[in-house]
Amino acid sequence: MIQFLSYLLNGISLGSVYAIIALGYSMVYGIAKMLNFAHGDVIMIGAYISFCAIQYWNLPPAIAIVLAILVCTVLGIVIERLAYKPLRQATSLSVLITAIGVSWLLQNIALLIWGANPKSYQSLVGFGSLTLFDGQLHITSETFITIAANIVIMIALTLFTGKTKMGKAMRAVSEDKGAAELMGINVNATISMTFAIGSGLAAIAGVLLCSAYPVLMPTTGSMPGIKAFTAAVFGGIGSIPGALIGGILLGLIEIMGKAYVSTELGDALVFAVLIIVLLVKPTGLLGKKIHEKV
Amino acid sequence: MMKYKKPSRNFITYAGVILVFLLCELALSGAVPFFKMTRSLKGQLVPICVYIVMAVSLNLTVGISGELSLGHAGFMSVGAFSGILVSQYLLFAFPDANLEVLRLILALVAGGLFAGIAGVLIGIPVLRLRGDYLAIVTLAFGEIIRNLINCIYFSVDGRDLNFAFLNPNLPGKLLINGPMGATGIKKLATFEVGFLLVMFTLIVVLNLINSRSGRAIMAIRDNRIAAESVGINVTKYRMLAFVISAALAGMAGALYGLNFSQIQAVKFKFDTSILVLVFVVLGGIGNIRGSVIAATVLTVLPEMLRQFGDYRMLIYAIVLILVMLASNNPMIKSMLSSIIDVFKRNPDKEGKDA
Repeated sequence: MIQFLSYLLNGISLGSVYAIIALGYSMVYGIAKMLNFAHGDVIMIGAYISFCAIQYWNLPPAIAIVLAILVCTVLGIVIERLAYKPLRQATSLSVLITAIGVSWLLQNIALLIWGANPKSYQSLVGFGSLTLFDGQLHITSETFITIAANIVIMIALTLFTGKTKMGKAMRAVSEDKGAAELMGINVNATISMTFAIGSGLAAIAGVLLCSAYPVLMPTTGSMPGIKAFTAAVFGGIGSIPGALIGGILLGLIEIMGKAYVSTELGDALVFAVLIIVLLVKPTGLLGKKIHEKV
Repeated sequence: MMKYKKPSRNFITYAGVILVFLLCELALSGAVPFFKMTRSLKGQLVPICVYIVMAVSLNLTVGISGELSLGHAGFMSVGAFSGILVSQYLLFAFPDANLEVLRLILALVAGGLFAGIAGVLIGIPVLRLRGDYLAIVTLAFGEIIRNLINCIYFSVDGRDLNFAFLNPNLPGKLLINGPMGATGIKKLATFEVGFLLVMFTLIVVLNLINSRSGRAIMAIRDNRIAAESVGINVTKYRMLAFVISAALAGMAGALYGLNFSQIQAVKFKFDTSILVLVFVVLGGIGNIRGSVIAATVLTVLPEMLRQFGDYRMLIYAIVLILVMLASNNPMIKSMLSSIIDVFKRNPDKEGKDA
């Protein structure tokens, strides 16, 4: 029972990381209608920046995190300007391939700068752990902080998209780009802003992910990236609560599957559940229903 | 979107492939001075054939049938491991018989067959979905296949074939060893067989496109509802394209597997699917000849860039992004189409614009 509780917390914690990454995917998809495959690699860059800040430049953890967020935000805006903006009118497949190109580019830049050897990441949010039930249940500070960060980010983003002018502009652009432009919304600035927020979140996710699973390589971001993308689709791509639910469910299924079914089959289970959900609800759990007009 | 191609135009594709094959054979024989192949390029010959088959078969799904598939490497791995299994089983069960040709043919057939069966099983749920959702489900299936192959164990004991799931303790010699993959494979793949497989794939795909079924498939791609309303069985034709594409990928996988002495399921992860998709998009969606050229050039390119050392893949990525940006730039696009028009007016040079 206590073992179950510990898996539950681990699952929610891992799921929170997926949810934060999935938000980036979901927002970008909602606005630019593109699958940003380079998102997973922005996570990796964020993790490397914070790693360098701590290890080489001896900065305090808080500043390291802020630095990682700043670098990733700028990176997100630059990627959008240089690689995606010229392709606004292009087919979605061309944009997808460009995103893959950007993903390879980021991985290879990381490979050249930091090398292929895995770095062992020193947790930025480790303050010890809480022990309950006579030492049977350990909860690390990483678990707490990841879940807390997820809650804070979700509330902040919901308020942002609901109350602020920029957030409303984002929703308008994702609803109808042409009409939004006619209403005087600066579409390019809105899309840049979306990439900035998504990439900033990716940096946070990178720090949290590597604090919990401390192996850092140029390919660290790709698998969590794919899983978070799955989570975004799972919950209904384009929806903020959908990303939250999708991410947490995915994390829970992965941890529970690895614990109770088989370690090797954990990932297969995650994807199998995704397929079943999509067959029952083809646009994800909270996705909008698409009506087909003839 | 795509022009209807007369069968005579396909002749250029066949002739081009045969010509390149003959040139390669000439270079391999070393008869002509200054016209020899480097060792690394020689090693790329079978993979080039494999990637051509992969790109052409994926183009059938993405270009002709209009469904974005991100799990093509999954079918390749099914084909690779079933092909290796058949070939290695025959090798150990009948050690005295000299069955090289039969083993190779059976391996390719088994690879195509099992990948085709996987295509049917995956196609049933996948083809109910559309667009990006279809893409993510094919991605998911690709990852599931890779995960499952990491859990299966096959061994041969005398003439008995033993199978176990998640349990490596089998009697006899292990042929497929879970996460360790297949080891001790007797290499069977040759460039000549690769060439024959490429020709087979081209004949199947080009004839399919120019057949009644192919026109039905393209009609569904262009407008599903209109196609349905003129009495085309949508499910049947989408399935047909998907399964043929899967089976061809399986055969390519079998050839790929038999080109190495050992292989793991990791080889067929998501990145491989993406790589093949890049070939298809850069070659031109729906353009079979383009897929052949792109697969060849982009497999050779990293070898050519070897002198740049660590910067090799960086340059590859930058080239990819620049090509995508350039091919979607309206100015360059209009320039290109005017150049193509010049060639079109001169029918002698028609083959060079692709």
